[in-house]
Amino acid sequence: MGQVVLVTGVSRYLGGRMAQILTQDPGVDRVIGVDVVAPRQEIGGAEFVRADIRNPIIAKVIEAAQVDTVVHMGVIATPMQAGGRMSMKEINVIGTMQLLAACQKSPTVRKLVVKSTSSVYGAGPRDPAMFTEEMEPKHAPTSGWAKDSVEVEAYVRGFARRRPDVGVTTLRFANFFGPRVQTPMSTYFSLPVIPVVLGFDARLQFIHEDDGLDALRRATVEDHPGTFNVAGDGVILVSQAARRVGRPVFPIASPFAFAVGATFRRLGLADFSPEQVRFLTYGRGIDTTRMRTEFGFVPQHTTPETFDAFVEAHNLNRLLPAERVENIEDQLLSLLTGKGGAGA
Amino acid sequence: MPDARVIPIKGKEPKKKKPATKKSAPRSGARASRSSAAPAVEPQDEATPLPGTEEHVDWDTRVAGALAFLRRRITGEYQVDDFGFDPELTDRILLAPLRPLYKKWFRIETRGLENIPDTGGALLVANHSGTVAVDSMMTQLAIWDHHPAHRHLRMLGADFVFQLPLVGELARKGGHTLACAPDAERLLSSGELVGVWPEGFKGIGKPFSERYKLQRFGRGGFVAAALRTKTPIIPCSIVGAEEIYPIIGNAKLMARLVGAPYFPITPTFPWLGPLGMVPLPSKWIIEFGEPIRTDEFPEGAADDPMLVFDLTDQVRETIQQTLYRLLVARRSVFF
Repeated sequence: MGQVVLVTGVSRYLGGRMAQILTQDPGVDRVIGVDVVAPRQEIGGAEFVRADIRNPIIAKVIEAAQVDTVVHMGVIATPMQAGGRMSMKEINVIGTMQLLAACQKSPTVRKLVVKSTSSVYGAGPRDPAMFTEEMEPKHAPTSGWAKDSVEVEAYVRGFARRRPDVGVTTLRFANFFGPRVQTPMSTYFSLPVIPVVLGFDARLQFIHEDDGLDALRRATVEDHPGTFNVAGDGVILVSQAARRVGRPVFPIASPFAFAVGATFRRLGLADFSPEQVRFLTYGRGIDTTRMRTEFGFVPQHTTPETFDAFVEAHNLNRLLPAERVENIEDQLLSLLTGKGGAGA
Repeated sequence: MPDARVIPIKGKEPKKKKPATKKSAPRSGARASRSSAAPAVEPQDEATPLPGTEEHVDWDTRVAGALAFLRRRITGEYQVDDFGFDPELTDRILLAPLRPLYKKWFRIETRGLENIPDTGGALLVANHSGTVAVDSMMTQLAIWDHHPAHRHLRMLGADFVFQLPLVGELARKGGHTLACAPDAERLLSSGELVGVWPEGFKGIGKPFSERYKLQRFGRGGFVAAALRTKTPIIPCSIVGAEEIYPIIGNAKLMARLVGAPYFPITPTFPWLGPLGMVPLPSKWIIEFGEPIRTDEFPEGAADDPMLVFDLTDQVRETIQQTLYRLLVARRSVFF
């Protein structure tokens, strides 16, 4: 008998693709997608149930379908997606509580997979270069998505204590990035001029959308209880990323960065929460040793490759593509040395 | 036909991949290699120079190297490690202005460079002085330019450094990170040469009257890190840095206003304005002592506070004695 999987948050890109991927898995019999609004994209053979995880109806869905695996991807990152910070917090925190309450009551649920984020580690000047899973944040997030995720993880830990028979996997993802996924980060790097914090150059890590979904799939169909950081190899600096998209940067002194971020937000240009501004100031690195050794997962794309895939897919670097710079270099070289190439 | 000629160098394959050639990249960058990792190109470069045209070729390769560096800067096609270390930028931009200071101004003499291993993790521990951390930057340059293996010194800095705009950014790009146990152990266990100045602000901001008197060596965290990773500790004594900005007073109110740990008053600063920031041209000696092994201690030695204290004292005493010896032998502050 195959698995019956419930996926929350299927109306959004990653949740929808996750449902689709799971329907194609031979070990999965049935996939039930849940969200408050209907999915905008194809979710494959998955059944869609319009249900709000904020109310107890979710328990009936789990009971009726005899769900044994719950994949919680319903935590949303930006108030823009939820229509305001209030309802975002409702969906994230109250939704998780209701979902976990339903899981706790259900005799059939055997596995819980939670898509969390590395932003639970916060960001600040006293951070170690790389966070391992056991480390406590030095600058605990105080607002927004990051704080919601900290609370979600706390409820998940509570659930794991009360239902030790359920295998719980929490995946702390670096920022999802790639050719198709839309996140505050991809909006940020699509701006014509990229505002940066003066005198800081944050280290960023990305996980390619395909890799991230593969990690979630493996956590769902295999058994890997525990908490794991998931990120592509290597880091990329904000300035370096800006050069790769060929966009000029506009430095803003850090005392004003939050105000500028709020203005961008109000104008709907990009979602700069205070957390996001802190992240773009100090950056963050997560250690993925446990992902490799215990979870046994190796992402196909490194962080710089993931970023390049995004740049290529959106054809962003039209101003200064690498070939043009190379041509200029060749011309300058022949001009300066009086011959064609370097030593050749 | 420039395009036709450069084809072998322009190979698309190595450009995309660029493995983490931490050590070789900046050095080979001085050559005309297109990408920082184009090993196939190197032999060609070396084979081309005809006898008698070396000077000309040198100029050409320099120009090509500089242009390739610029191109990588513009396109963002360079590598930084997990700590944000940018080896190419460090070699070409960050360390370059320090070289004349090193050679002409402080006329730095190094001793015992052979005590630094060519490979593998090691922890360099040094005395801190000189109001601003010129001593640590000079030590980094000494090892990068003059050690046979051209190793980068990865230093551990105070959290204050990483709060400051620009300073924090450059520190990360220069290969340095926050002084905390996880970072120290991560660097040491990945085989890096790590530098630590355990006196911290107590050492660097002490009055001139207390020159060459070592302050408390932190809480011995560096010793615990070396014990856990079983890497040797190399005591390093720096003479000359105490005299570059003699601190005769500390404007505490001013320090509190700007949020700094101290605000130095020297015979020339702040009285002469920017001119007061010119360091005195003292003659420096950097001596690297014999490594203290930590791999012979039993497992769990790092959790024995008494052992950690003893070892901390041993390192401190070694540096202090070396300082006295060097000071006695020194002819004058400036020669």
